[in-house]
Amino acid sequence: MCRVADLQQAVLERNDTRAERLRTELAARGTIVVNLLSSPGSGKTALLETELRLARERGVAAAALTADLATENDARRLARSGVPVKQVLTDGLCHLEADMLAGHLTGWLPEATRLLFVENVGNLVCPASYDLGESLRVVLASVTEGEDKPLKYPAAFGLAQLVVVTKQDLAQPAGFDREAFLANVRQVNPGVEVVGTSVRDGLNTGVLLERALAVGAGAAAHRPVMARPAGHAHGGPHPHDAPHTHDAPHDGAPGHGGPHPHDGPHAHVGG
Amino acid sequence: MHEMSIAMAVVCQVEEAARTHGAVGVETVTLQVGELAGVVPDALRFSFALACEGTVLSGAELVTDQVAGRARCTSCAREWETGLPPRLGCPRCTDSRTELLSGRELQIATVRWAEDPQRTRALEEL
Repeated sequence: MCRVADLQQAVLERNDTRAERLRTELAARGTIVVNLLSSPGSGKTALLETELRLARERGVAAAALTADLATENDARRLARSGVPVKQVLTDGLCHLEADMLAGHLTGWLPEATRLLFVENVGNLVCPASYDLGESLRVVLASVTEGEDKPLKYPAAFGLAQLVVVTKQDLAQPAGFDREAFLANVRQVNPGVEVVGTSVRDGLNTGVLLERALAVGAGAAAHRPVMARPAGHAHGGPHPHDAPHTHDAPHDGAPGHGGPHPHDGPHAHVGG
Repeated sequence: MHEMSIAMAVVCQVEEAARTHGAVGVETVTLQVGELAGVVPDALRFSFALACEGTVLSGAELVTDQVAGRARCTSCAREWETGLPPRLGCPRCTDSRTELLSGRELQIATVRWAEDPQRTRALEEL
């Protein structure tokens, strides 16, 4: 027997394969998943509550699954929106995995669901490594968390397809340096869209819904540098990359309202 | 800390390979860990020792080979070390047409199987 085996197996291969299968299965029935990552207390639940309520008002079939170590408080809050909500208690596990998510969806997720929002466990480290079969990965940070968050948690911010900066109503009292935050995001994830929100002031309400619906309609989501290693099937110059060279317009991103200038170039089908 | 989940995934994959190879024990598992993989090697070693207990990997050593993050600009072909936190925008072209050459690895490279004592004895008796 040869004493050394050359395995060359990716450790997360099983999760990645399961995630890809889930993405395909859900896409076939017209559902896309939005995976929301943030540290505890960044305002995920408050933002999601607003977005879900809006989805219901607009007749978009949305649902939400929220994962926490303990308590059903978040599910109770989200359920006020009137859309189907499921609480998952991870019993101490710091992240969700694709197979766990798939198990929780079986027999629960209504067939007609178009958007499923998954509120991951509040943690910027572990959930970043696990693809859940999402079509849009969103990372949130509140203005009170410090401008260097993207540098401290490069995997979470580096793999995000949309960055949301919450609690903009507190930006001034917190002394939030928007330019420094944007520069830090650009360092780990050049080209990603950054949007500021405030649930209290209604700033950019509906942005999650709009971006998710756009991806559901076939618009190409941002492909982060960290997610496109060389040699990968999509590793070479990608036709969608060209219109993404839009670092400059992001400078005014948190706080801007109205239609986003990038919607045009992102609206190509068949990504 | 998701290192425990990572360690359990490693153990699970090596157990499968051990069955295929008819191995009775494992001496070392060598893992490639990229600088940007978001995994702490020390925490992984600690978790690995726990995850191995009661399996064919019991007592196995985990060796981690660190892989540096490297990126390349597809516009100007410049290459650079990303560092940590990584710098992923081309310093010259200031756009997002960067590809990551290495740094996200989290891969089982090789496994060294332990000698089968019965087989060794049988060979000695020949």
